[in-house]
Amino acid sequence: MRGDNPKDVLFEKATAVFAFGVLFLAVLLFALLVRESVPAIRKFGAAFLVTKTWDPVAENFGALPFIYGTLVSSFIALLIAVPLAVGSAIFINEFAPEWLKNPVSFLAELLAAIPSVIYGLWGIFVLVPVLRDLLMKPAAHYLGWIPLFKGPVYGPSMLAAGVLLSIMIIPFILSVSREVLATVPRLQKEAVLSLGGTHWEMIRIVIGQHCIPGIFGATVLGLGRALGETMAVTMVIGNRPEIFFSIFQPGYSMAAVIANEFTEATGQLYLSALVEIGLVLFLITFVANLAAKGILNTMVARAGRGL
Amino acid sequence: MESIAFRRRAADRVTRGLFALSAFVVILPLFLIFFDLLWKGARELKWTLLTDLPHPVGEPGGGIANGILGTLSIAGLAMAGGIPMAVMAGIYLAEYGRGKFASAVRFAVDTLTGVPSIIMGIFGYVLWVLPMKRFSAWAAAASLAMIFIPIVVRTTEEMLKTVPASVREAALALGIERWKTTLFITVRTATAGIVTGILLAMARIIGETAPLLFTALGNQFWQSGLDQPIAAIPLQVFNYAISPYDDWHDKAWAGALVLIGMVLAISGGARYFTRVRK
Repeated sequence: MRGDNPKDVLFEKATAVFAFGVLFLAVLLFALLVRESVPAIRKFGAAFLVTKTWDPVAENFGALPFIYGTLVSSFIALLIAVPLAVGSAIFINEFAPEWLKNPVSFLAELLAAIPSVIYGLWGIFVLVPVLRDLLMKPAAHYLGWIPLFKGPVYGPSMLAAGVLLSIMIIPFILSVSREVLATVPRLQKEAVLSLGGTHWEMIRIVIGQHCIPGIFGATVLGLGRALGETMAVTMVIGNRPEIFFSIFQPGYSMAAVIANEFTEATGQLYLSALVEIGLVLFLITFVANLAAKGILNTMVARAGRGL
Repeated sequence: MESIAFRRRAADRVTRGLFALSAFVVILPLFLIFFDLLWKGARELKWTLLTDLPHPVGEPGGGIANGILGTLSIAGLAMAGGIPMAVMAGIYLAEYGRGKFASAVRFAVDTLTGVPSIIMGIFGYVLWVLPMKRFSAWAAAASLAMIFIPIVVRTTEEMLKTVPASVREAALALGIERWKTTLFITVRTATAGIVTGILLAMARIIGETAPLLFTALGNQFWQSGLDQPIAAIPLQVFNYAISPYDDWHDKAWAGALVLIGMVLAISGGARYFTRVRK
């Protein structure tokens, strides 16, 4: 039956051409990134990833400060975002009265609609001053002997970037966590409650056993988001290509250095080094997203079997 | 025994409180951000903001009219190219997509969805700015289309799959050709959903800044052509925000207010579309 009518065949082929176009775009993106990275890869090799120098004048480039900044700011973001997002997901799914569920999840989703540059604007003029005066200055004063909290405090810093990022990735972790929580079989929850368990015990026992992999998947998904976030981070991280242990010090991220220096990159090697950072960022987010999807798919498959 | 029961009840109460508190902390920034946007954006929110070109620093007044036009031009171009491609690819995946080729396409769509937007800026730069030797609206549109297309492919596929098989079978049983069934029955039925997906993707690309930095570049004046550097609201917000001048900071907030207004209007429109259908 199918394929008999030439018009049907033609239409299927036509849609297939466009589908191929999408596939082609993905391949083209990767190919262009690789092609433009070649001069930098030739020149610096694998050392590019572990070199601390970033000297456009001497054309000596290493990506380590940016990789470090991206990873640390994202890690801080996860540290803040995961407990809050999972806690809210539990609140919305298990405790909130019916009339409150929709408004709360709607407002949380609204956070995801705000453009990155607006987060950055708010970060510069509201979040950074507040963090600096209320948290970083006192902390550096009293806890400055701990290397992690060492001053001097400027404001724009790894911490500011991490906090701002956490607000931005919470909606994603929250919505995936809610889906994960919803996969817990109702009977298991009721079993704990019927044995006289409190709600907290029910959550700890059933959800704790059932949802850890899924919540881990949601976390990795949030990580994928945080790693590539550009504008907001660029505006509050301080943009200094050095590695400081203290989270109160400025840093730099991979996306931020591309955003700031791309139009200024005069030499071919300079531009190539920036594209290579883009390529590394592409690969890291690709792996993170793939891992998240893998974890969540196994989780859903298991839930489907009723385990 | 009494104390164990008490402790269990207390633990329950405390954790309940903590969960509620975390939800409160999560939505608190939303209110703070909107409060600041309205409070600080209102200062410069005048009619001329929407009708005038930017003024030099120190000179009062001036607007972001060129940015509004630029943003609409770039997004319009990206959508003009992106919609046919994405919808057709979505139709392929939903109606014919079962083999290895379809899995490869789905994988490509998933991959593209996760790519940081700044990398799409590099794409536009290498594809367009380098060979043409100039920043342009075309390059910016190419970057935004790369963000737009995967979102719309996915929503189109999902929306088409919600159309019941019985609808297709009924049409086929009447002897309607398969391609006509797909285009005039299945796609027609899912139109509201597809349009919603398109609007949500549009809301997303309108607020994108990173891909425009080295494709559109920005422009102080009206655009003179699509092969020239072009202004965009997000770029103006960014440049005003990182400038050292107070009156430019006010303009950044006002621009941000206009931008969020556009984004919310479009995503609100998307919600309205789905609701009407139901």
